[in-house]
Amino acid sequence: MPMDQVAVDHGHDAHDHKPGFFTRWFFSTNHKDIGTLYLVFALVAGIIGYALSGLIRWELAEPGIGPLTGMMEAMYGTTGDAAIEQAKSFYNVVITYHGLIMIFFMVMPALIGGFGNWFVPLMIGAPDMAFPRMNNISFWLTVGGFFLLILSMLVPGGNGVNGFGGGWVLYPPLSAMKGHSGPSMDLLILSLHTIGIASILGAINFIVTILNMRAPGMTMHKMPLFAWSMLVTAILLLLALPVLAGALTMLLTDRNFGSQFFDPSGGGDPIMFQHLFWFFGHPEVYIMILPAFGIISHIVSTFSRKPIFGYLGMAYAMVSIGAIGFIVWAHHMYTVGMPSDMKAYFVAATMVIAVPTGIKIFSWIATMWGGSIDFEVPMVWAIGFIFLFTVGGVTGVVLANAGIDHVLHDSYYVVAHFHYVLSLGAVFGLFAGWYYWFEKMFGVKYNKSLGYWHFWTMFIGSNVLFFPQHFLGLNGMPRRYIDYADGFAMWHYWSSIGYAITLVGTLIFFVGLVEAALRRRKAEANPWGEGATTLEWTLPSPPPFHQFNELPVVKTEGGH
Amino acid sequence: MAAWILEQVQLRWMEQKMNNSKLAISLTAITLGMLGLAFASKPLYDTFCRVTGFGGTTRVAEKAPERVDDRRVDVRFDANVADVPLKFRPLQSSFPIQLGEHGLAFYEVTNSSNSDLEVIASYNVTPHKAGRFFNKLECFCFEERLIKAGETKKLPVVFFVDPEMTDVRNMGDVRTITLSYTFFQTGAFPGAANTASYD
Repeated sequence: MPMDQVAVDHGHDAHDHKPGFFTRWFFSTNHKDIGTLYLVFALVAGIIGYALSGLIRWELAEPGIGPLTGMMEAMYGTTGDAAIEQAKSFYNVVITYHGLIMIFFMVMPALIGGFGNWFVPLMIGAPDMAFPRMNNISFWLTVGGFFLLILSMLVPGGNGVNGFGGGWVLYPPLSAMKGHSGPSMDLLILSLHTIGIASILGAINFIVTILNMRAPGMTMHKMPLFAWSMLVTAILLLLALPVLAGALTMLLTDRNFGSQFFDPSGGGDPIMFQHLFWFFGHPEVYIMILPAFGIISHIVSTFSRKPIFGYLGMAYAMVSIGAIGFIVWAHHMYTVGMPSDMKAYFVAATMVIAVPTGIKIFSWIATMWGGSIDFEVPMVWAIGFIFLFTVGGVTGVVLANAGIDHVLHDSYYVVAHFHYVLSLGAVFGLFAGWYYWFEKMFGVKYNKSLGYWHFWTMFIGSNVLFFPQHFLGLNGMPRRYIDYADGFAMWHYWSSIGYAITLVGTLIFFVGLVEAALRRRKAEANPWGEGATTLEWTLPSPPPFHQFNELPVVKTEGGH
Repeated sequence: MAAWILEQVQLRWMEQKMNNSKLAISLTAITLGMLGLAFASKPLYDTFCRVTGFGGTTRVAEKAPERVDDRRVDVRFDANVADVPLKFRPLQSSFPIQLGEHGLAFYEVTNSSNSDLEVIASYNVTPHKAGRFFNKLECFCFEERLIKAGETKKLPVVFFVDPEMTDVRNMGDVRTITLSYTFFQTGAFPGAANTASYD
C-alpha cells in the first residue's frame, strides 16, 4: 500500500503541555491517555478473570469436589454436604463470571478501548477521537459496569451462594426469578446495560472518527487494516449490542415487573431469549477477534518487510465476516429442536464464514512468503496467533455441522474450540499488539528475552491446557460440571498442568513489565525499521500529548 | 493574511464538528432502531411461530378439513402442572387417527388444595415440525379459568391433523404426535408460585 509515502511535520513538541495528574487521568479527554486507562483496566479485570479460571482448573485437576468445598467452609462457615452443595453452585458462579469478565471487561476494553483508542487516531492521522469527552464517559461507564459486576458477585444469587451461576449466556429460566431469585442477576443485568452503553458510545466515536477524520489523501482504500478492523467492529457493536440490551431489559421486567416475555405460563418463550442473545452473541465473537485480525496484519507485514498481501481482500474479508456474522446465530442452538431445513440453512451459512476467514489466514501466510522475516517478539506472537486461531477455526467448522453438534453441544469440545479462537486467538493477538506497540505507547523498551520467554511459556502452557479438552469433549465430558467420571481424570489433570505453565508465563509478563518500568531504556520512534509504515511510527515514542496539529498528508502514489 | 488563515481553519473546524455531530446522530438513530427491533421481535416471533408452527406451536382452525387421508398417526396426550397444587391427567394415553379425521380427547383436572385456583394452560406438540398441521377446533388453552377448591373438571380437546401433511416433504417420518399441556397459576408474580403448597 502507498502507506510508505507519508510526509509529516513535527512542529508541536514545544507546546506539549500535560495537565496535572488528577485532571489528566480522571477527566481525561486525550485518546492516548484513555487508551492507557483502558489497558490498565483490562489488565486488572484480566487478573480477576484469570484467577477465576485458576479456581476452575484447581477444582477440576482431580475427580471429586475438593478445593471449592474448602472455600465454602471458609466463606460461609458451612460444613459437610451443605458445603459441597454450595461448592457446586459456587463453581457455576465462577465459570459465569470468568466468561463475562474475560469477554466484556478484558478482551473488549483491551482491544477496542485500549489499542483502538491509542492507534486509530494515530494511524489515520487524526489529532484525537471525534468526541473526546464521550470517550471519557465510555471509559468510566466501563469501570462502573465492572463495579456492578463485582457487586453482583458479592450479593445473594438465590442458590445458597452469592453471585449468579447460570452461565455467561444468561438463559432463562435459570436467569429468571425461578432460577435465581436473588438480587445478583438484577445487578448483573444493570452491569451489562452499563457496559453496553459504554461500548455503543465508543462505537459511535470510532465510526465518526474513522469516516470523518482521516488525514487528507487517506481514502478508505488506503486506510490501515487495523482502522478497518475497528470500523467493522464498531459497526457490529452498534447493531448487536442494542439487541442484547433489549433482551436484558425484557429479562429485567420479567424478573421484577411481572412481564412474561420468556415465561411460558404467559405465552412467552424462553427460546426467544436464546435467539435474541445469539443475535448479539455471534457478532460479539467477531467483535472480539476482528481487532486482533487488524493487529496481526500490521505485525506480519512489518516483520516480513512487505506490504500485506491482498490489502483489499483483507479489508473486505473483515467486512464480509461482519456481515455474515449476523445471519448465523442459531448455530449456537441446534439442540433447541428447530426444523431440519432451518438447521441446513444455518450449517451452510456458518460454513460460508470459513471463506473470508480463510482469505485472511492465507493472505497472512502469503505476506510472509518470500518476505525478509524478522522473528521479533511481536512476530512470534503473531505467528502463534495464526497457528492457534486456525486450530480453533478448524474445530469451528466441525461444530458448524448440526449433526455433529447434537453430540458435541455443551461438551468440552466446544470449550476447547472457543478458547482456541478467543483465549489463544484474541489473547495472543492482544499480546502481539502489546509487544508491537509497547515502546510506542510507553516510550521505553522492554526486555526481548522476557518477551520470548513469555511467548513460549504461554504457547506451550495454553496448548497443554486446551488441546486435551478436545479429547474430553469427544469422549463426552459436558461443560459447566464441577465433577467428572474417573475416566476423564488424566486429560483434566494435564489441562490443569497447562494452566500452571501459563501461570509462569503470566508471571514472566509482569516481570517484563516491571523490568521495563525500572530500567527505562529510551525507545526509538521506529524500532522496527522499514517494514513499519503506518503513521504512528512517524511520531516520537511516546507520541506527543497532542499530535498532528498539522495534518499529515498521505500522498497518492500510482502503481500499487 | 494570518487572520484569514485562522478564519479558514476555524471554519473548517466548525464544519468538521457539524459533520461529526450529524453522523453521530444517524448512528444513534441506528442504535435506537436496533433496540426497537429487539422489542418488536416479540410480536414478530409470535407471528412467526403461529405461521410456521415453529417450536411446536399448533393452529386454531375455524372449520373442518375437506378431505380425510388414509394415512394414520398416533396422537399421544401428556399433562403437566407447574408448581400448582392440581392433579392433571389425560383420560386416554393415546389413540390413532386418520389425517383429516376429527379427534376428541379429554383431560381431567382436580384442584386438590383448600383454596380456589386461577390457572391457565399452555401447550405445544412434538415433533415441533408437526405443529403447523395440528389444528384445534376446541381447546382449553390460554384462557384463564377458575378451579374451585376440591373441584374436578373434564376438559375436552377437539382436533384434527391436516391431511396436507402428506404433501409436504420431510414429514414422512411423523408417525406419532404428542400433544402436551401444562397448567400454570395466574395472577401471581413470577416466583410467587414457588410458595404454593404441594400435595
